[in-house]
Amino acid sequence: MIEIKDLHKSYQMGKNSLHVLKGINFDVKEGEFVSIMGSSGSGKSTLLNIIGILDEADEGSYTLDNVPIKNLNETIASQYRNKFLGFVFQSFNLINYKTALDNVALPLYYQGMARKERMERSMHYLEKVGLANWAKHLPNEMSGGQKQRVAIARALASDPKVLLADEPTGALDTKTSYEVMDLIQQINDEGKTVLVVTHEPDIAEMTKRIVFLKDGQIEEDKLVNQIRASQYV
Amino acid sequence: MFSIERWQEIFEGLYKNKLRTALTGVSVASGIFILVILLGAGNGIQNGIQKQFEQDAVNRVSVWPGVTQKEYNGLGVGRSVQLHNADYDLATTLLKDYIEYKSAIFSVWSGNIVYKKETGTYRVEGVHPDYQFIENASIVKGRFVNQSDNANYEKNVIIGQKVANDLFKNGEDPLGEQLNVSGMIYKVVGVYSDPGGEREESRVFIPIATAQKAYSAGDSIRSMAFTLKKSDQFDNAVAESHEFTQKLETFLKARHTIAPDDQGALYINNSLEQAKNIYIITGGVQAFFWFVGICTIIAGVVGVGNIMLIIVKERTKEIGIRKALGASPISIITMILQEAVFITVIAGFSGLIFGLIVWEIVGPYVEADFFTRPEVDFNVAVTTLVILIVAGAFAGFVPAYRAAKIRPIVALRGE
Repeated sequence: MIEIKDLHKSYQMGKNSLHVLKGINFDVKEGEFVSIMGSSGSGKSTLLNIIGILDEADEGSYTLDNVPIKNLNETIASQYRNKFLGFVFQSFNLINYKTALDNVALPLYYQGMARKERMERSMHYLEKVGLANWAKHLPNEMSGGQKQRVAIARALASDPKVLLADEPTGALDTKTSYEVMDLIQQINDEGKTVLVVTHEPDIAEMTKRIVFLKDGQIEEDKLVNQIRASQYV
Repeated sequence: MFSIERWQEIFEGLYKNKLRTALTGVSVASGIFILVILLGAGNGIQNGIQKQFEQDAVNRVSVWPGVTQKEYNGLGVGRSVQLHNADYDLATTLLKDYIEYKSAIFSVWSGNIVYKKETGTYRVEGVHPDYQFIENASIVKGRFVNQSDNANYEKNVIIGQKVANDLFKNGEDPLGEQLNVSGMIYKVVGVYSDPGGEREESRVFIPIATAQKAYSAGDSIRSMAFTLKKSDQFDNAVAESHEFTQKLETFLKARHTIAPDDQGALYINNSLEQAKNIYIITGGVQAFFWFVGICTIIAGVVGVGNIMLIIVKERTKEIGIRKALGASPISIITMILQEAVFITVIAGFSGLIFGLIVWEIVGPYVEADFFTRPEVDFNVAVTTLVILIVAGAFAGFVPAYRAAKIRPIVALRGE
């Protein structure tokens, strides 16, 4: 699903160049559940942004679902994001003047789907994350866990190939974190490829494979026995 | 542009952000409103100035005699010049190509006029029929002096509105009533009004032939007045009027043996020269209000642009989210522009209508010497509105384009 070869990325910080990713080689197969770990500054967010086509690598190749991601213009990039990827952010990033249902429907709007179908499908995903009763509520009327579940529903709405989660539990307490991880595990159980960036070991233990990043290089890449979040909920 | 889905998205955005929408709308609406008020005031002042000078026909030339100040051909200084019917007849024949309306005048400065128990002192002028047009007078009732009045020495009188108000206090119809003017009985055949106001309306007109007889003046006249044929170009009009004045002066001076350079023996007043000043003044006033108006539009455009910039700034994160979810740059640009244009159109039009309504209601009550009929040409107002909308869209484009360039990653990071 994801093939990354010899990926380099540096940022220009004034006169100094900061080499963030120093030759990453990394493959993810369909249906995998991978967590990327590392201390801050290790380049894990940069890697996720490149995978999410929010940022572009300087060198190396990146193939997503057999499509080379290289020198895309903004319009194509936005189409690919819409088609291939679902995003979950630490700070939820819901549009605060839109209801939960409208937030979930937004990727479908950009797919050009008709309003009625859009709303039905969004409602289906809201049911899936257990928030059908909150469809007409605004984000600021919801708890953090609920907001993140709306964000997950939104990420799933366009039926992407890969779900990308950047510190999805970073703003949540432990109990809510496990609830959210339980939901993400269920999504993975259904066959969706999931990539999670986290710095919390207990969250990483709930995935099936952990990639440790240090100073822009992969230090360790290991398969783990998944711990089910449902036992804590 | 015409997709219902997109409009729904925009209306939702506008509706859910009421304060922002309202503030943008009010600033645009007030800009247009102020512009309409300014244009109206400008027109009011312009109309007011024009009205002040409207009392006589614009292209009027008057001639009246004085006293010689120079010796000429053996005739001495201090000789009074007297004009006669023959001067008038010959001059009008000689210069008929220039003349539109013409009249000789025999006037008495203060004539005592009596109607029943009411008395007043008014200026009495014996005139030809054309004099109505030279004075810019309009007939309220009855008629003006006509040819047969002069031919038959009729004792008819046409009185000013002011005279009618003074003498016919009980609201009687003046037409057909008998007036005693300086001891002779005249019949009122007309009432006139004059844009010059009460001063110009405190006069009575009688046929010049009758006047010369009544005041034992023989064939003497006091003055002559003409208006000249119109030219399309103001400059041509001035040139022709100057030419006419020259020829008239030369002719009359030769006839009355006056030195060509004698300044005091003959006065010729050409109102077109004054009119030129009026044109300059009203032109200046107009230019000033256009200047202010254009500045207002520029301020409005800058205001709209500024608001759009702030909106984009405020929505950076939302735009980032939309882009992460698959919004193309072009869809971001059109979204912001459509919102901007929609608000500008609705608000601008409201401001325009409101301004027009204000002038419609207040306008008739604002009446001063130099301020009349404040009004706004609807076409001008709509044109400025269109300019504002186009400029607003243009001003909105820069921030919209910038918004489309926002990297989603940067927008999403900015917490």
